[in-house]
Amino acid sequence: MSLRDATTAFLMQQQRVAGAEEAGPRPPRSRLSIASQGPPWLLSVALLGCFLLGWHLLTVQPAFDQTGLTQDQLLMLEFNGDIVRTEGGTYISNPDKIQGIPGPLVLISKAFEELSAPFHKKGTNDHGVGHLVIYTVTRFAAGFLSASLLAVGLGLLIGLSRPLYQALNPFIQVLKPISPLAWMPLLLYSVQDPTWTAILVVFMASLWPTVANTAFGVSAIRKEYIQVARLLQLSLTRRLLMVILPAAAPTIIAGLRISFGSALVAVVPAEMLLGELGLGYLTWIEWNNLDISGVMFAILIVGLMGIVLDSGFNRLARLVTYTE
Amino acid sequence: MAFVEIDHVSKHFPLREGEAGKRRTAETFCVFQHVSLRIEEGEFLTLVGHSGCGKSTLLNILAGFETASEGGMVLDGREVREPGLDRMVVFQNFALMPWLSAFDNVRVAVKAAYPKWDSAQVDGHTRKYLSMMNLLDAANKKPAFLSGGMRQRVGLARAFAVQPKVLLLDEPFAQIDALTRGTIQEELMKMWDATGTTVFMVTHDVDEAILLSDRIALMTTGPPARVAECLEVTIPRPRWRETIIDLPHYTQLRNEVLRFLMRAS
Repeated sequence: MSLRDATTAFLMQQQRVAGAEEAGPRPPRSRLSIASQGPPWLLSVALLGCFLLGWHLLTVQPAFDQTGLTQDQLLMLEFNGDIVRTEGGTYISNPDKIQGIPGPLVLISKAFEELSAPFHKKGTNDHGVGHLVIYTVTRFAAGFLSASLLAVGLGLLIGLSRPLYQALNPFIQVLKPISPLAWMPLLLYSVQDPTWTAILVVFMASLWPTVANTAFGVSAIRKEYIQVARLLQLSLTRRLLMVILPAAAPTIIAGLRISFGSALVAVVPAEMLLGELGLGYLTWIEWNNLDISGVMFAILIVGLMGIVLDSGFNRLARLVTYTE
Repeated sequence: MAFVEIDHVSKHFPLREGEAGKRRTAETFCVFQHVSLRIEEGEFLTLVGHSGCGKSTLLNILAGFETASEGGMVLDGREVREPGLDRMVVFQNFALMPWLSAFDNVRVAVKAAYPKWDSAQVDGHTRKYLSMMNLLDAANKKPAFLSGGMRQRVGLARAFAVQPKVLLLDEPFAQIDALTRGTIQEELMKMWDATGTTVFMVTHDVDEAILLSDRIALMTTGPPARVAECLEVTIPRPRWRETIIDLPHYTQLRNEVLRFLMRAS
């Protein structure tokens, strides 16, 4: 069994880094009085408030000024839907037609409208946002989990066998930098099915970081753990389950975390390009409808889905990490 | 034939790759040469020498982690070729699995040594050895939450629980603070007394060697190092740290070993 002792120190350092991440980032003690007083979430809320206020002020629709416009021009604007005539006979901007970027109030009302019926289904393409989230998460989970299983297995083989590592490494190095989306035309042509193509794009996105980290973690296990396993004459299966996998778990988890992020990044554009119902599709279809507040809402939901999935992942990761 | 027979063992390491070319040189570096030692059943033998003289390499060959370049080792009539449950190592840096509790660290070893036992038997045996090392209170803690002394107690409990023919101690107390070290040394002597295990220890702590051993083998610095002489420790047991330092034989032995080490450096 080939062991790279020199990398052990690096591994330990990496585990320390992972451990620090686990405990949550500790902000440096600030001398600014506003930053050091009160809980940190207060600052977050204040920043959000400033952002929303600034956004609102920058996107306030200008009041319509009809001075200097002829009756014909006004009729044309009214015909276009830019302005509407009030009961008093004066013209104001059409509140339903937004000039430029929509403001936060528009987004909030859009979100309220979408979330009031999240599970509606009107026809083949108009599914509620709840359904879309489920489609995306399912696609993501299928690709990520199958890739992770394969990647941990492959990483174990490569990490345990030096010749195999040397034989496979050139291929991995070539395949690793290819963007998962670059596989899409070829995949679509080969499997002839957009649903499977989207899953396979997620699969390709989450394969390599886990393979690389598992191989590194397994080959950099501290020599003494292997020696104890040899003393105790553990069978290969027991050695894998009782010593190698738990010892490499923090490094494998670090790889899975990178894969997780890159899979999450890949799933949205894959849906956009393939037209598969999901959050990526929602983003694109709202753009096609020129509903910019809808695009913003879709982006917001993608972000929220990321947070929820990531916190679930962290919870799982905490179960298998250990302190040295 | 003695219980453990280390017969003319030499170890060569390949030299580092040459600076000029990438090709490996055929030259080797001899760490120690023609080392012969005999350990009787139930005996406590300690090998003392400077750092880097190959003491731990010799122990690793007996453990089966490394192979001898020349010569061979025989344990209870069988040649040592690979690691096995008839030899247990207590490591300098404890080598406990950090993801397992103290109890599980010992339990894994017991389960491996006695595969036919049911889990109640395995648990009982594990608990017995933990209690012999005064570890029952810490049984459910992970190694990271134990002090160095407690960790090595777990290491000793794990090694004794397997009931090996030979116990190999590789500078077991080097990373433990001086005060705790004494307590654990006494606990080790009690365990050794109770079990009658044959022990081969490697250390560079002269007081530790005299306190624990029946015989002390002295290794020159080298390279190539060799075993120069063996000293008999005739201080009667049970030995206590407080009292043995006043014995004239203790002082005489200590001076002899120290003088050898100073000459050897």
